[in-house]
Amino acid sequence: MFYREAGDFKTTYAADQQTFPILFDRRTYYIVLAIALGVMPFVVTDYITNAILLPFLIYAIAAIGLNILTGYCGQVSLGTGGFMAVGAYATYKLMTGFPDLNIAIIVVLSGFITAGVGVLFGLPSLRIKGFYLAVATLAAQFFLVWMFNKVSWFYNYSASGQINAPERTMLGQPVTGAETEPWVAYLFCLAFLIVLAVIARNLTRGRIGRSWMAIRDMDIAAEIIGVNPLWSKLSAFAVSSFFVGVSGSLFFAVYLGAVEVGEAFGIQKSFLVLFMIIIGGLGSIFGSLAGAAFMVLLPVVLKLVMVDSLGWPTDLAAHFNFIVVGALIVAFLIFEPHGLAQLWRIAKEKLRLWPFPH
Amino acid sequence: MNDMSPDGYTTPDGRQIGGVMMEVKNITLRFGGVVAIKDISFDIREGEIRAIIGPNGAGKSSMLNVINGFYHPQEGEVWFNGAKRKAMKPHAIAKQGIARTFQNIALFKGMSTLDNIMTGRFTKMNAGFWSQCLWKGKAEQEEIENREYVEKIIDFLEIQAIRKTPVGRLPYGLQKRVELGRALAAEPKLLLLDEPMAGMNVEEKEDMSRFILDVNDEFGTTIALIEHDMGVVMDISDRVVVMDYGRKIGDGTPDVVRADPAVIDAYLGVAHD
Ligand SMILES: Nc1ncnc2c1ncn2[C@@H]1O[C@H](COP(=O)(O)OP(=O)(O)OP(=O)(O)O)[C@@H](O)[C@H]1O
Ligand SMILES: [Mg+2]
Repeated sequence: MFYREAGDFKTTYAADQQTFPILFDRRTYYIVLAIALGVMPFVVTDYITNAILLPFLIYAIAAIGLNILTGYCGQVSLGTGGFMAVGAYATYKLMTGFPDLNIAIIVVLSGFITAGVGVLFGLPSLRIKGFYLAVATLAAQFFLVWMFNKVSWFYNYSASGQINAPERTMLGQPVTGAETEPWVAYLFCLAFLIVLAVIARNLTRGRIGRSWMAIRDMDIAAEIIGVNPLWSKLSAFAVSSFFVGVSGSLFFAVYLGAVEVGEAFGIQKSFLVLFMIIIGGLGSIFGSLAGAAFMVLLPVVLKLVMVDSLGWPTDLAAHFNFIVVGALIVAFLIFEPHGLAQLWRIAKEKLRLWPFPH
Repeated sequence: MNDMSPDGYTTPDGRQIGGVMMEVKNITLRFGGVVAIKDISFDIREGEIRAIIGPNGAGKSSMLNVINGFYHPQEGEVWFNGAKRKAMKPHAIAKQGIARTFQNIALFKGMSTLDNIMTGRFTKMNAGFWSQCLWKGKAEQEEIENREYVEKIIDFLEIQAIRKTPVGRLPYGLQKRVELGRALAAEPKLLLLDEPMAGMNVEEKEDMSRFILDVNDEFGTTIALIEHDMGVVMDISDRVVVMDYGRKIGDGTPDVVRADPAVIDAYLGVAHD
């Protein structure tokens, strides 16, 4: 009976509107935050950082971004990979064009540039919906990858067609480039995730977030309430693309260091992030994090169990990964569209009543 | 009732009705070959409860859609607050103070009762984007202020117990009530209700009638409603427009309309659901 609302009365609307209205959740949140910031940087290894932490942090940002557009505003997008590429190439051009510009600022600017591109590709959403919009964003995905391949200005005319992140430091510590310490890269990405997750939470619980959900649930009724569908949809595209752009920027500059666009930001990336929010939970910030964690951890765990412990061949484990993800997507779409986040909520509801079932 | 003073009139139960707030003049609306509304004119006065009745397909919902900007009539004018209205998008009309409910419930299914009604406050909130990002200053403050107003509506409609319930899970009658709450949240000058009592049982209809009268009384809201239940219409409305096949066949107080031979012929005499 330790997880409960009873005795935790809210006497103001402000208290009722906070992110974690239940004291226990609030405590858990601060403990997780303290560990992530205070303990993890001292214990992370190269392997854990590169195999789990960085991909998780970076994909989580992309997943939140896509969730804002798809989960909250109801506009399906298959262009996430392409928009991540915009963030990555914006970062590359800014890094090479302005060597003295702080890397954190470059990441943020890349987000803004991606937001602009996102609005542009969001314009069709004013006329088309659902399946047709998905196809339009798919076209954006292919167009963007094609463009970054084709127009050599984007990769500074390098022979390989790749982009490479030069070393940039913050407070004397390299954040990008080969010399980067794992804990620095971890903290850098973590800071972005924390700030962006809080912003996403704030936006989705207020006026603009409600306008997105109104458009998602019943666009006609949204309009008679005074929501301008144009602004609502385009703002969702802008905010979403900002997140995805930051994610692509970090993915390139901090995580990979060198990128070939088709490989790093192809259509499979769009699907990966989409699967994250389906499994994690549409319309939930927490679900975005859960989905990203799940999709990052699954192959790692499968490899650990199947290859390292049982001695199965690597490609078998990889195929198994596909099967599990595929089955889960189908299961979640049919049985629980709100994903892991909803399962977690239900579990908490049970816990609140425990040990009495009713 | 055409000899009414332009400044208003006093109802039999002593309520003071004001001047003309909304006037539609010679509206004709066509969908391809179908004439949904044919040359209809009537007015709605400040503080009034104005009913629109007529058989199925008479064009009643279409009339509301013209008033709140979903449909643009081929002919005719809409006057609001003494000025002729230009062609406008529904969201701009909402800002002028016209709210409505739908014949088929149009709630935001994925949101709670509270969030649905909070969304109704959309035009009353204007915190900037950055303030909303940080949940500081104006954004936080106006969220609390508007929540207070929404709680008043929740109390008024007696739906405290379902405040946090996703509306998709609510029974039909309550959904209708939440939808009324969402429309009220905008503090509209003119409230359009499209069959607010359709599909309700007797008690629910009584509740809803009481809410409509109370809204009119306590908030001073002018109301135009479509309703099939003649008993309810005669009970709560001040004046009635009768439509049939897109034309207006009667207009006046319930007593006058009830006695009008054309109305009896076309509508009241006919068996109807
Ligand atoms: N969007 C539209 N496209 C084509 N025809 C329409 C449209 N909306 C309404 N109509 C037609 O206009 C006529 C009037 O419809 P309307 O919905 O206004 O009737 P109503 O009086 O509200 O009827 P009910 O009592 O059944 O709600 C009908 O013949 C209907 O088929
Ligand atoms: Mg109708």
